Amino acid sequence: MAATAYYLTRLRNLFAVVMLSGVYSLFAAALYMVLDAVDVAFTEAAVGAGISTVLMLGTLSMTTDKEKVRKKPPLTALILVFMTGGVLVYGTFDMPRYGDPNAPIHQHVANRFIERSGEEVGPPNIVTSVLASYRGYDTLGETAVVFTAAVGVLIIIGRSKDRSMPNAKAVRRREEDDDITHEPSAKEKEDASS
Amino acid sequence: MTIAGLTISMFDIAMIAVLVSMALSLFRAFVGPTVFDRILAVNVTGTLTVLLISIYGFLDGRPDFLDIGLLYALINFIGTIAVTKYVKYQDLGDPLEGPDEGDV
Repeated sequence: MAATAYYLTRLRNLFAVVMLSGVYSLFAAALYMVLDAVDVAFTEAAVGAGISTVLMLGTLSMTTDKEKVRKKPPLTALILVFMTGGVLVYGTFDMPRYGDPNAPIHQHVANRFIERSGEEVGPPNIVTSVLASYRGYDTLGETAVVFTAAVGVLIIIGRSKDRSMPNAKAVRRREEDDDITHEPSAKEKEDASS
Repeated sequence: MTIAGLTISMFDIAMIAVLVSMALSLFRAFVGPTVFDRILAVNVTGTLTVLLISIYGFLDGRPDFLDIGLLYALINFIGTIAVTKYVKYQDLGDPLEGPDEGDV
């Protein structure tokens, strides 16, 4: 995993970087699974290895796949990164050991949820009652955020196919310009020679 | 099988074999001169991750990890299709030329 991260920063061919970031996400997901966080592992695999690879490739198809090389790597940024990482590692010293039954997370309110959520809320599934009742406002806020994000994406992307929009004409004109100037691909050369 | 006081099961050996082959395919992904080396290496690494998860499930006594392995295999498959489509057409959207070209 560390080797993958190292090569991620060193490689200049952005296509390879995208592929390697997919591999990195898969390793991270496997690590989460070993730590018994299966739901997080699912999310990491689906978002990190699946969707974000495809989105990155979509970005690459619109831009270039070579990175501009900067001569001197900035030293301050490196120091800053190591300091932040050090602070984060220092923060983990305060945490209880992995799987410790006396950790606050197992003692605080979880027991009450397990014992009384059936009579207080109703659903036989404790997770459901925690999400829908004990954390109701939190879930409402999350839903609002997701809804807003979906609406925003639809506003930005969803209309570009509509030819009657004023922007659509500009996009089409640019495509035509590309057609005039773009180099013939290998397939077209083949067609021309045959 | 017991070697030097340690009981070694079939799964241990399989795990080590998978880890070794994973390292080999990662090496190919790092240095691979052409695009296709990298695609193949990443695909193989994904498959090996699926194997690793399954073997870890059996080592841990929880064979239900197989379902998660299945999900990873699906994601790996879709990702590889997207990558190969990108390599061939330089685009992921609708086909630009020809009616059904680039439609997978």
